[in-house]
Amino acid sequence: MDQELFLTWVRSTGLDIAVGIFVLGTLWRLIEIYTLGHKPDLAVPRHRTGASGLHTMFRRSVPPPGMFKRSAISYVGGYIFHIGLAIIVFLSAQHIKLIQGLTGLSWPNLPSQFIDATAVVTLATMLMVLVDRINNPVKRFLSTFADYGAWALTFLPVLTGYLATKHLLLPYTMMLALHILSVELLLVFLPFTKLMHVFTLWVSRWYNGDTNSRKGVPV
Amino acid sequence: MTASLDKGISVLKEMIDAPIASYFSSCVHCGLCAEACLFYTETGDPKYTPIHKLKPLRRVYQQEYTLLGRFAKMLGLSKPVTDSELEEWKPLVYDSCTLCGRCSMVCPVGNDIVYMVRRLREGMAISGHAPDGLIGASRRAVEIGSPMGVKLAAVQAQMKHVRQDTGIEIPLDAAGAEYMLIMSSMEIINFPEYLGAIARIMKQAGKSWTLCSEAFEATNSGIQIGVSDIARVLVQRIVDGAEKLKVKTVISPECGHAYTALRWEGPNLIGRPYTFDVLHILEVLDGFHKEGLFKTSGFEDERLTFHDPCQLVRRGGVFDEPRNLLKLVAKDFVEMSDAGKMNWCCGGGGGVSAIEEAEQLRLQAFKIKKSQLEQTGAKTLVTACANCRIVIEEGLEHYKMHIPVVGLTETLADHLVEGEKP
Amino acid sequence: MNDHDTLGERLAQQGVSRRAFLKFCTAMASLMALPPGSANAIAEALIKAKRPSVIWLSFQECTGCTESLTRSYSPTLENMIFDMISLDYHHTLQAASGYGAEKSRQDAMENFFGKYLLVVDGSIPLKDNGIYSTIAGRTNLDLLQDVAKGAAAVIAVGTCAAFGGIPNAKPNPTGAVAVSNIIKDKPIINISGCPPIPAVITGVLAHYLTFGSLPELDELGRPKSYYGETIHDRCYRRPFYDQGKFAKSFDDEGARNGWCLFELGCKGPTTHNACATTKWNGGTSFPIESGHGCLGCSEPHFWDAGSFYSALSMPASPLKLATGGAVAGAAVGIGASVANRMKKNAAKSAHETSTIADLEK
Repeated sequence: MDQELFLTWVRSTGLDIAVGIFVLGTLWRLIEIYTLGHKPDLAVPRHRTGASGLHTMFRRSVPPPGMFKRSAISYVGGYIFHIGLAIIVFLSAQHIKLIQGLTGLSWPNLPSQFIDATAVVTLATMLMVLVDRINNPVKRFLSTFADYGAWALTFLPVLTGYLATKHLLLPYTMMLALHILSVELLLVFLPFTKLMHVFTLWVSRWYNGDTNSRKGVPV
Repeated sequence: MTASLDKGISVLKEMIDAPIASYFSSCVHCGLCAEACLFYTETGDPKYTPIHKLKPLRRVYQQEYTLLGRFAKMLGLSKPVTDSELEEWKPLVYDSCTLCGRCSMVCPVGNDIVYMVRRLREGMAISGHAPDGLIGASRRAVEIGSPMGVKLAAVQAQMKHVRQDTGIEIPLDAAGAEYMLIMSSMEIINFPEYLGAIARIMKQAGKSWTLCSEAFEATNSGIQIGVSDIARVLVQRIVDGAEKLKVKTVISPECGHAYTALRWEGPNLIGRPYTFDVLHILEVLDGFHKEGLFKTSGFEDERLTFHDPCQLVRRGGVFDEPRNLLKLVAKDFVEMSDAGKMNWCCGGGGGVSAIEEAEQLRLQAFKIKKSQLEQTGAKTLVTACANCRIVIEEGLEHYKMHIPVVGLTETLADHLVEGEKP
Repeated sequence: MNDHDTLGERLAQQGVSRRAFLKFCTAMASLMALPPGSANAIAEALIKAKRPSVIWLSFQECTGCTESLTRSYSPTLENMIFDMISLDYHHTLQAASGYGAEKSRQDAMENFFGKYLLVVDGSIPLKDNGIYSTIAGRTNLDLLQDVAKGAAAVIAVGTCAAFGGIPNAKPNPTGAVAVSNIIKDKPIINISGCPPIPAVITGVLAHYLTFGSLPELDELGRPKSYYGETIHDRCYRRPFYDQGKFAKSFDDEGARNGWCLFELGCKGPTTHNACATTKWNGGTSFPIESGHGCLGCSEPHFWDAGSFYSALSMPASPLKLATGGAVAGAAVGIGASVANRMKKNAAKSAHETSTIADLEK
């Protein structure tokens, strides 16, 4: 199949299928998880300001006291690459156009040099967290094929996107097509892997915060 | 003897709910929970990673409650949970977990890991994979009335000592009293000064209180072994006693799990809210002091520090009261590093101190508490849980540190101004 | 005037000065990115070149390619081509018609069998035995196969001949295909573009006349010297792309400042052609310079690559499966949840109150 046809395919049919599976999978998993239900707590709660499910949803993004020095790389690496991903996905002009194409919403973009720098930092950081996952005894012990797969699914879009905009490795048309394909793979697998944490972490934090808030403990 | 794997799995199926499903779906294998768990930090062995302790539960969840997992199971592609696996997991779920809850505080995706360990224990116990020490404690609790086998006679003997030492007659089964006190076996046997201390403070405060002959034991072994049906039986005794005596408040003693069991899990176990309040003794005393019902005089000379019992502070929400009270009688009070809701476990909660084969591990895990203590330069350690007290004493002895460990209530009572009426 | 004089003789007859001729050769050499001495080599070869016969077949086309060629700004340059070759058959340009025209073609084929150049513009319909385009009662397919037999090489001018072009766009009702889909045994050079830049055609012919061979081609059969780079890589607005300065709508401030047209659908990054350097109308301008994004007209399937006004990062066609996916996902989820509920309830009803005896096997 020639490059142009491949590119048009990933921009049309491929995207359609990937988004379709993503929506299907996400709704399925969310309903499957949350309809398991939760028994109400009959103990009389203790109220304390600052302790609630909502608070924990956001506060949990801050390292708890004493934890940063125990695993600085987990926090630093984690923050940098997540924020990097968010900047690249939501603030680059090309992606804002995509979102506009899908939803009608748009907003101002950041200069491309900034996005490029962010991509480089994100790639380097993701490599660093991979190395840490392999070296750190706990992470190595816990990690399975699914963890490394999820890393690759997240890394490849950033890498191929960067290579495409910088005209490296392969001709642009093919590189762009591979970039879009890599994102489609990410979308297709997201609901069925730990990448689902994108959605579930908010509710998990809420449950945790809510349970503890009833005891008056802000977490 | 009717434990079986099928029953265990069935119980786990009952336990799995939306929070558990959400937690397993959110875990990204970051390993931060290990960094919060003293069993990992003091041994360096990754198998003590909290989320790893839950592996069998995760597989049951996937195989029973996810479509993909069910298909995999139908096609014979998934690994079933077996007796030998659960036996292998016994030391991970029991010996190396005190239900301290530190892991739940740090998980970046919000997983409440201790919530899940508590529920995995349900399946472990009913499939016959709970440690002997805890089975024995539960048996004694249900059949005799106390996990350490303490009977009413022993309680009455303590009451007699108090009368002899202080002249105070402790009420027993006094209907209509405002407060009903329950005690942990540990206190009855090892720390009798506690009962005397309470008696004196209650007298000074002018409050009516009573012990209950049918429900004097606070420790809930059912929670520790993780069998709700047994925990319910033990809670029900206290509820029946309190309702029969028509007391307003039940006082949970200086015991960690007793408070969590009665105050937080109890109503859910019996399926209805209580008709009385439950307060920890420190909450009661702080309340009395704020109302001006008692005064203290003098101060402890030595530098003091406070060990936060996990079930009271992090899991119970009682942070300020211990400090308010301690500051009344301490001139040189220093906090440990990580004091408060992030404090490190003594290593003996959650039933661990009752598991003989866990002793070596527990002493190794104790190194963190030892290091916290050394950093404070304190000469005395104060705490508010009898189990923490004994575990810490044992640990200090093992490491040849000669620092006394005392209870907060008795320390307060040592400085109680008696006689004068405000 | 003999149609098959040498080019030198022909130019002399036309009064073209040697200086003008050398200027032309230099221009050609530099367009094709040939080394410095080549201008002379080209001049020497061209002077002696016997003007080859060229048969031009027009199939399913709009005549735009011919128009482009003849719409030359500097007559000397483009007209020279008609002097360099002997255009023995061309529907639009020939004076003859009917049997006379067909005889010209047949004569050229016979007299120069194996040596004439076949130029094709327009796609070839295949559906229903190719009935959708016929000339003198013969289908394009038949004509092409016949004339190609004696051709030294085939030059497919325009995206229709090179790749199928507009007739080939969905739903392709005539079954239109490119020349290369039919002719497999002759060298084919694709000069794509809708239409192609005139200078590209001239350059290829000059190359052929000079070197007797076709220039180096890319994987789509296009001469690398013209199609080797993308519009994007040579676009004068590239610094704005690199900085993230985009026109958001036609005639907005960004547009008026000459910012990058990526967001307005420019296909420059995926389009190979010489528009950004050689430009159009004798180097006057090209679409982007005039404020409109590149359509990607020299690439295959450019009509089916999504809206000309949708950026490359946007979907090329509206998504159809998302709503269905949502409904299906909700249904599967609800199914799973019902199954889960049943299982949990069954476990709950099967619950026998645990006692101490249940703690040991």
